[in-house]
Amino acid sequence: MDWDLITNSILFNPAEWEIVLNEWPRFMRGFSNTLTLFAVSVVGAFLLGAVIVNLMASRNPSVRAAGRVYVDGMRMLPFLIFAYLLYYGLPSLGIRMSAWTAGLLGLILYHAAYVAEILRGAWSQLPAGQTEAARAMGFHGPQLFLRIVLPQLVLGSAPILGNQLIYMLKDTAFLMIITVQDLTYAANSVQSMYFVPLQPFIVAIGLYWISTLAIEGLVFLVGRFARKRGLGRA
Amino acid sequence: MPDAVPALEARHISKTFGELEVLRDISLVVNPGDTISVLGPSGSGKSTMLRCLNFLETPDRGQVLLAGEPVGRRADGRLVSDKELAKSRARMGMVFQSFNLWPHFTVLQNVIEAPTKVLGLSKDEAVARAEGLLAKVGLADKRDVYPFALSGGQKQRVAIARALCMKPDVLLFDEPTSALDPELVGEVLAVMRDLAKEGMTMVVVTHEMGFARDVCDEVVFMDRGVVVEHAPPAEFFGNPKTERAQRFLSRYA
Ligand SMILES: Nc1ncnc2c1ncn2[C@@H]1O[C@H](COP(=O)(O)OP(=O)(O)O)[C@@H](O)[C@H]1O
Ligand SMILES: [Mg+2]
Repeated sequence: MDWDLITNSILFNPAEWEIVLNEWPRFMRGFSNTLTLFAVSVVGAFLLGAVIVNLMASRNPSVRAAGRVYVDGMRMLPFLIFAYLLYYGLPSLGIRMSAWTAGLLGLILYHAAYVAEILRGAWSQLPAGQTEAARAMGFHGPQLFLRIVLPQLVLGSAPILGNQLIYMLKDTAFLMIITVQDLTYAANSVQSMYFVPLQPFIVAIGLYWISTLAIEGLVFLVGRFARKRGLGRA
Repeated sequence: MPDAVPALEARHISKTFGELEVLRDISLVVNPGDTISVLGPSGSGKSTMLRCLNFLETPDRGQVLLAGEPVGRRADGRLVSDKELAKSRARMGMVFQSFNLWPHFTVLQNVIEAPTKVLGLSKDEAVARAEGLLAKVGLADKRDVYPFALSGGQKQRVAIARALCMKPDVLLFDEPTSALDPELVGEVLAVMRDLAKEGMTMVVVTHEMGFARDVCDEVVFMDRGVVVEHAPPAEFFGNPKTERAQRFLSRYA
């Protein structure tokens, strides 16, 4: 390896970094789009995942089976293909969506399956007495789930849920192929406009990395919250 | 009061789990203010019977009446809606062997959760009620502690306060002291004794023969899914009629 070439002409080539700096607003637009996609799909996937885990816990066997089929079906599908199908495949069935709609829908539908599976795992660890005590006092339905069950599932699975958030963040990058202008799209367009192959992606990686650190910080805080209540793993 | 409506009544309850016939034609009358203890060997169906009273288990046959009103099933035998069942359950407190406090809530939050969310009590009102009850069970200073930091005896006293905060018509206990270290049993029994004295209506599944003998108005002895004897404690302990009860007493009492 020629270290001089690496250090002088690529990484520290001031002219190439200047290009990146000049295009900074483009990166910020892309990053802000990535964060928006992420935030909306986290909320959506969590809500839908909470609904699906209730299907999987239903008293009705066919409802349970439907939940199970959904979760297993999504999990065997590569996200890229799913996003592709939603945006490029569905129009042939007469269903047309904007790239953003298709992207968000894809992220939500896909990751909800994973969230549901994580919550189901945590639920199977929850002692039956927790819900029995609630039922015996007159809780039922959504209120029982939201007040008594869900908080314990989240606290009990915070590290795995945090991991899933990181996957969701990274999966936003796939939406570039359906023309969503996210951070990866921004890096890619700077790269192809100016033929600087490396720096734009270093910037993108740095921004993804900072976001990941923020997610891990959140997981840490939730973990501390759980430990204060004797919940979760040390 | 022979004419008073029973606080709680079970009529001809049966329950099977698969092939296993766990309860056979169980009937039970609990008059207002009475404390009934349910005794019997392990596996005789005591927990299942208690859980049928608030439909945590759905009896296959038979009726449960709370102050004369059917619980869980309509007169025509159809199950009531979840919402309607929840309304009946809110009037019956239950205390479990394993406490089942909610770990994500503090002691105070555990006690006010159902009164505020199920009964719709205002928070101030519920907190006032809860603080009174925590003082009564000797745990006023633990209100802001999380359950995991409590001893078993303290947890069970919180669970009793939690049940009482609903102002239930009847309290059901399923072996409330069986999971406790022996030195912690007394503090829980003392609270239950006070409740009995105050006229709380209670059904207590227990192996504490002293409690059954001294505190209860009636003893129900179960074996293999049937009520074998049903008598005032003095009579049951002094002069058990059946051989099964005699054998049970010679082992436990
Ligand atoms: N959910 C269940 N499914 C299958 N069998 C059960 C269930 N609950 C209890 N049983 C069985 O029913 C019988 C009575 O149990 P239980 O009511 O817990 O007795 P006890 O409380 O008197 O010890 C036991 O043989 C037990 O194994
Ligand atoms: Mg039992």
